[in-house]
Amino acid sequence: MCECCGTKKDIYLPEMATINKIKLMNGTELYLDLSMDNTPLKYTPGQFVEVSIAGIGEAPISISSSPTRKGGFELVIRKIGSLTNKIHTLKSGDKLGVRGPCGQGSYPIEEAKGRNLIFICGGIGLVPQRSFINYVLDNRDDYGEVTILQGTKCHSQRFFHSELEGWSKRDDIHFLETMDQADDCWNGNVGVVTTLIPKIESELSSSLIFVCGPPIMYKFVLMALEEDNVPHENIFLNLERRMKCGVGKCGHCQINDKYVCVDGPVFRYSDLGSVPEAI
Amino acid sequence: MMIFAQQGDRAVDLRLGFVVLFEVCIVRLTASILPNVIKSVNIRKNFSRDYKMSTKKLRKDAFRSFVTKLISTEKVYGIQAKDEVFDFAPLESAEDLRLDYDISLGAPKKYFQPPLETLLNFEVGGAFKSEIDNEPFVLIGVHPYDMIAINQMDELFSQDNYDCHYMTRRKNATIIAVDVITPSKNIFASSMGTATVDEGFDILVTDIGDSYIMEAVTDKAMSLLSKAKDLVDATKDDLDARRKIWDKNNKGLNKHELKCKPSYLPRLLEKAYNHPVWEEKAKTCFACGSCNQVCPTCYCFNVFDEVTWDMKKGERKRSWDGCLLSGFTKVAGEHEFRNKQADRFRHRLYRKGKYIPGKIGGQIACVGCGRCINNCLPGIANPVDIYNRLVDDLGIG
Repeated sequence: MCECCGTKKDIYLPEMATINKIKLMNGTELYLDLSMDNTPLKYTPGQFVEVSIAGIGEAPISISSSPTRKGGFELVIRKIGSLTNKIHTLKSGDKLGVRGPCGQGSYPIEEAKGRNLIFICGGIGLVPQRSFINYVLDNRDDYGEVTILQGTKCHSQRFFHSELEGWSKRDDIHFLETMDQADDCWNGNVGVVTTLIPKIESELSSSLIFVCGPPIMYKFVLMALEEDNVPHENIFLNLERRMKCGVGKCGHCQINDKYVCVDGPVFRYSDLGSVPEAI
Repeated sequence: MMIFAQQGDRAVDLRLGFVVLFEVCIVRLTASILPNVIKSVNIRKNFSRDYKMSTKKLRKDAFRSFVTKLISTEKVYGIQAKDEVFDFAPLESAEDLRLDYDISLGAPKKYFQPPLETLLNFEVGGAFKSEIDNEPFVLIGVHPYDMIAINQMDELFSQDNYDCHYMTRRKNATIIAVDVITPSKNIFASSMGTATVDEGFDILVTDIGDSYIMEAVTDKAMSLLSKAKDLVDATKDDLDARRKIWDKNNKGLNKHELKCKPSYLPRLLEKAYNHPVWEEKAKTCFACGSCNQVCPTCYCFNVFDEVTWDMKKGERKRSWDGCLLSGFTKVAGEHEFRNKQADRFRHRLYRKGKYIPGKIGGQIACVGCGRCINNCLPGIANPVDIYNRLVDDLGIG
């Protein structure tokens, strides 16, 4: 409730959440399981939250858990700025401010039913994709073949080890992984994530393909998919941009006439035809 | 900063003062027009105004007494002069009010979205509490083009996700608008259809010589006007005199003439994305964000936390930001998405002529005030120059 108008909520006011579990997954990626102190967070795959520490600041962070899993919600936060450095010092039981969920969560949950699905993830691009991946796995019978491609810069940056191992052992998932750089600890594929695309067994042109990774990755993945004549309607891009408000006002995340925070962050590629700033 | 300081131009120094004062800036040109269907709906929705109309006349000396009374009972901001420059500031004396001004240095948006404002307060590491600026005030001297810009901002801050910080200030404002009698050197409001205004204000004042016509359209306005002595009904001759001023302004506030109807701009820009004009203009752009800062329809903002010296308490603040500034789209890891100045320059013109219109029923978000032209050092900001170049090269239709 907003003091000024009595009825309308202050869109900038975070509510408090408590950290249930917290664990450093590699040198830079911190896993958090959180619960809102008052109203539980209701979200769909693809949405994000604005995470705050009073006195440090606020940043948009993708929700990594699937709403099909009971309990709190999960975030994975890379140590990269002042806020995330501070978050990396927190422990179980500590509080964070949370606003959201933000965004449309536009993973096409219904449209994807019965279709073959391909997830192409670069580095921590896995984090938001994992929300929909686990949603699909929890409703496995509703969906066709599931392929997950994960590309990571180097072995030391790998994370979600046991979950990835679990996926690689399942016979109802094609899980392919590669490292950009060769490493003594890594016996698998070496090369960027696009080198895995020819290894996909599902028919590319009829599958729904979900892409999330560092900015540079989209261009090359889209070039590869273009060669395979994948219709743009079947490609979904999860975009990252600078954000401040998360509610379509501050202007930072705008790409042409779209706002990543309220129109996305997941966009159907065919809807981005007139949005050259997207890629 | 040194580059600017060396120019030795007074307007530049003032502009610089702005930049230094508020550090940041904002974006967007002004303007617009089209049947104001969306706007009317919005104003009624947001302010539940009862559209009563009363057209009165007040002699100028009686108007001064009226303003003096207002100052004694209300918080009043008004247009006033510092040397040859005008701006809105707290009004201490009715004698300081300059309704004959040409253009204010900054736009009156600062009373609704201040350059720096507190959104929340908190104890460091603790929970947050909203901080709302809830003080009623009277704002005197808003020109029609700025009123139209405020109407557009009202829609943008209230639609979809309601911004109660902006909207509370807006609801607390009583706006006394004034028709232009001195055209500024770069105004092109006639081209944008913003030389006169029909709504958004509480009272519209028109200077007809020895008197002002006062049109009060809200209950708040009626109540304020009850403080005025010697108010008489406007006669048909008075209304004719006002009509002449409106007719004159609708044609004559046009130091730069747009070669197309403003409503054509979204379609014009549809085909102008890769036009060389963006690179050509941006070549000399300092990326200072002055155009953003002075624009009445630029509202982009930054949000950050500030704490007290003992690190115990603090505030989450927002400040004006500007899409012309480098770093506006930079994310953690240093990747900057809109990293070319030409792209940032184009983005601003597209916000005004295409993107914002898409959110507010087609109204063009450039109101023709000309402030960006007045304040652009390299002289590249004139939207009419750019749009006309596109009309010349790409044609209409």
